Amino acid sequence: MSKVDVIAGASPQYREWLRREQRGRLAVRGTQAALLLLFFVLWEVLPRAQIINPLFTSYPSALWPTFVEMLKATPQQASILTHTWSTVLATVIGFTAAMALGTAIAAALWWWGDLYKVLDPYLVVANAMPKTAFVPIFYIWLGATLSIYAMSLAISLFITILMIYSGLQGADPNKVKLAQTFGASRGQILTKVVLPASVPTLIAALKVNVGLSLVGVVVGEFQSASLGLGYLIQYGSQIFKLNIVMTAITILAVVSSVMYLAISWLEAAVMRRR
Amino acid sequence: MRASANGGAAARKVELRDVGLRYFGHEGETEALKDISLSIAPGEFVAIIGQSGCGKSTLLSLISGILKPTEGTVLLDGRPVTGPSRKVGYMLQQDYLFEWRTILENAVLGAEIQGADMGAARARATQLLTRYGLGKFLHYLPRQLSGGMRQRVALARTLCTEPDVVLLDEPFSALDSQTRLALADEVADILRREGKTAILVTHDIGEAISMAERVVVLSRRPGQVKSDRPIRFATSNGARPAPFAARNAPEFNGYFNTLWQELEVHVEG
Repeated sequence: MSKVDVIAGASPQYREWLRREQRGRLAVRGTQAALLLLFFVLWEVLPRAQIINPLFTSYPSALWPTFVEMLKATPQQASILTHTWSTVLATVIGFTAAMALGTAIAAALWWWGDLYKVLDPYLVVANAMPKTAFVPIFYIWLGATLSIYAMSLAISLFITILMIYSGLQGADPNKVKLAQTFGASRGQILTKVVLPASVPTLIAALKVNVGLSLVGVVVGEFQSASLGLGYLIQYGSQIFKLNIVMTAITILAVVSSVMYLAISWLEAAVMRRR
Repeated sequence: MRASANGGAAARKVELRDVGLRYFGHEGETEALKDISLSIAPGEFVAIIGQSGCGKSTLLSLISGILKPTEGTVLLDGRPVTGPSRKVGYMLQQDYLFEWRTILENAVLGAEIQGADMGAARARATQLLTRYGLGKFLHYLPRQLSGGMRQRVALARTLCTEPDVVLLDEPFSALDSQTRLALADEVADILRREGKTAILVTHDIGEAISMAERVVVLSRRPGQVKSDRPIRFATSNGARPAPFAARNAPEFNGYFNTLWQELEVHVEG
């Protein structure tokens, strides 16, 4: 039954309930928008009133002119779109690699249970290590571009392995038993039961990874890049142009939001089947 | 009259010879089953009853080949069971439908795993599901179906691979009591009509008497065969009554009391 059918024959009480639900949703959205607006207003007003030092914060109203100015590439500086694209690309490469490699390694650990028993403590410690400590070493080993991808991968790989492995382990043993009663091989149990049952975990890992990969990329760019938003932040702060820093950070916020929306959409599309 | 408990040495679909099973753990070993010998004739419907933990489900796992006995041999059509066989279908305590697959995709799971012709499997599953009143729901997801409907899908999934022997491990235990009675009738009817050999494990004495033509009682752990008796109802046409009707037959209470005593049910306080 579609929603329209429901409303056509709805009782006054039900209509009232729907109206209240609708009002509740609008109130949440309205408050969210108001908070964002308040943040920008304070950011604009406080420096202008000299309550905080504008040298340290810039203003929202300065961001757009800075952005427009930086759109044009100069001999010394690439366009800000090129910088953004560079960061986004490295992030996408980082989390795609982390998901693929992490899933493959988790599946291998599931397949060879003894391997997991051996590697378990190392994985946990590797996950707990602050990966950013390796930024300078990766730079020496891999050079400017590769070290950024490597940092993006390193920062999200171990948590991916641990999350997906626990997802595979968590598949209902009775579903596995069911497949066994039909004579399923280990490979069939993995591909027909355990992996499909772990799709919610895969999505959760993806959510975590997108954020972590972006962190890895920006930190990597601090060290080594001549391109990317991380580089712009580093460069802007060195020459004390907070307009550049704040514009780059705002773009990072937009990039994060877009990736969050993309994953929410993917999640909704996948979970509709469940 | 079908071959009964002790009859027909020639025709044995399933045979257990001195079967024992022990589980090993770091706390020690547990003897789940001991000296089990049973013969089941083709087309026979046998119920195995016993209290929880007496090893009834383990017995089915041994017949299905997903567990190997520590002692003795399990034979299927006279050959030792070494692993899961296509001749055996297994219905578990719950439906365990895969929530990411549609009803039809769930029903053909066995055929898919066994690498059977998928066109034929889909046609057969569609036919079975339609017969069980699920024709309109082929492309629904499991969560859109009620418990009784889901268990019918599980039955279709089991029968889609055309097994000769069907193992039923308390297949109605997760259902409410009305659905349970209705589905017991349906399942008994379907299995008898298709001439399947059926082994039902349950702790429900009434279910065992009403569905099976032979009831085996297992003792407490380690499970041993305590008794093995045919269940007969006198009917005008000589045919076996449906399970629901059997519950009202005059013989029902006598069987119930005998089996109740053999089970030695103690309510633990």
